[in-house]
Amino acid sequence: MKYAILIYEPEAVTEAMTKDEGKSRIETHRALQGKLRASGKLGPVARLMPTTAATTLRRSLVIDGPFAETKEQLVGFYVLDCDSLDEAIAAAKMLPDDTGSLEVRPLGWFHRGG
Amino acid sequence: MATDTAWLDACLTAARPRAIGALTRYFRDLDQAEEAFQEACLRALRSWPKSGRPDDPAAWLIFVGRNYGVNESRRRRRREEMVPEIADAGDAEAAKVEKLDNQAYRDDVLRLLFVCCHPKLPAQQQIALALRVVAGLSVPEIARAFLVSPKAMEQRITRAKRRVAEREVPFAPPTAAERAERLEIVATMIYLLFNEGYSASGGQAHIRVPLCEEAIRLARILLRLFPEEAEMTGLLALCLLQHSRRRARLDAAGDIVLLEDQDRDLWDGELIAEGLVLVEKALRRGSPGPLQVQAAIAAVHSRARRSEETDWHQIDALYAALERLRPSPVVTLNRAVAVAKTRGAAAALGLLEPLSETLAGYFHFHGARGVFLAELGELAGARAAFERALELAATPAESAHVRRRLGALEKNS
Repeated sequence: MKYAILIYEPEAVTEAMTKDEGKSRIETHRALQGKLRASGKLGPVARLMPTTAATTLRRSLVIDGPFAETKEQLVGFYVLDCDSLDEAIAAAKMLPDDTGSLEVRPLGWFHRGG
Repeated sequence: MATDTAWLDACLTAARPRAIGALTRYFRDLDQAEEAFQEACLRALRSWPKSGRPDDPAAWLIFVGRNYGVNESRRRRRREEMVPEIADAGDAEAAKVEKLDNQAYRDDVLRLLFVCCHPKLPAQQQIALALRVVAGLSVPEIARAFLVSPKAMEQRITRAKRRVAEREVPFAPPTAAERAERLEIVATMIYLLFNEGYSASGGQAHIRVPLCEEAIRLARILLRLFPEEAEMTGLLALCLLQHSRRRARLDAAGDIVLLEDQDRDLWDGELIAEGLVLVEKALRRGSPGPLQVQAAIAAVHSRARRSEETDWHQIDALYAALERLRPSPVVTLNRAVAVAKTRGAAAALGLLEPLSETLAGYFHFHGARGVFLAELGELAGARAAFERALELAATPAESAHVRRRLGALEKNS
């Protein structure tokens, strides 16, 4: 079975952290990645950019800002390599957004895994 | 600056906006907040070298400053009845203060900026007050940034403070409508705060990273509050793209390295990636503003892997757009630098000519003029321009840079 670990954080708190605090958190990620890689169990890893860089598609509308609706649940994600935000939004427009939302968020850091 | 106190200085600068913001909310008085903050800093200077940096310096300063302020006002009210002073923040309440949601502090700074930007204050007073209170600049530093005398600036700040104190300017958090109204000024203010960190108008340090980081944090909060405002996206993008070059802008000796000579591998790729996405996002809205255009200019530089790959024609066009949106002699000066690359130094000098009076006291005007004249082989004129720039240099790094330019002229003559 493949699993995803989804990370939720209050951005205002993590942004207010000192450099040392931030560094020690990154260390824990590195430790897990090293362990999984050694056993061949590491899939793609990504860090998302802050929500201020997000664009949301909702009921065919393109909205600046992040997805923020607690009544909906995260059900899946794509990773795309695009030349522009426009291209990424055009791709997202091919998916249904009539019942929920599609958030297009640039990746700050990406590792293919393996 | 001695290295053993440099960390203290950086720490206090970084904590200042949050601490002043919280203390102002608490005392509802700018002067009292500043006095309490200064006292807290004095105590920090005494105790931190021994006890080490506290986990949350701003919380420590807020706690100590608040105690000091409360005791001071009690002492003033009832001199006969002395209240025992709480000397140390290392008790249970300090721990509570530390646990307070960081967002509340951030909002304090933002609220303070909104107070400084009250429409009842003239624009120059707003900016001066914000630089004094939020960024903690000295009066002569602000005066220099505004090209006025320290005395005039002192008066301006005193007047602004009096108006705030006389409740002409309410301390209550602004309503949603008021916030939107003041948004543009607050955005400008955050950018000025960033700029003060990016290129200090005085003092020893040429770059004050904590001020830049604080401005970036504020820009993020502002953008979260107003995600639909393209200019707020532009503000954050602009700060991130400028800040991405911080490691390359000074060499090991602390001397200025010009954009074209910078080692681009030292640029912060993460900040650039975020900044470029934000520029793209802002421009999609189709409502350009001065901050977006400036961010777009910074983006052109960020996209060039080598300085020769810089698209100067696009930069020239963007500065022309900025001149239309927000005409200012400094914008024209910047455009002249782009014009020098696309059409040559003579054309650039032509653009500078009408500015010689308005920018007579501006360091970068004489610096740029010197460079253009030197390129045209007018060495005497170039020397005079650099000498004038040297007189106007605000930091040791600026002086050193102009001296290197003068030295290069000597070699060529």
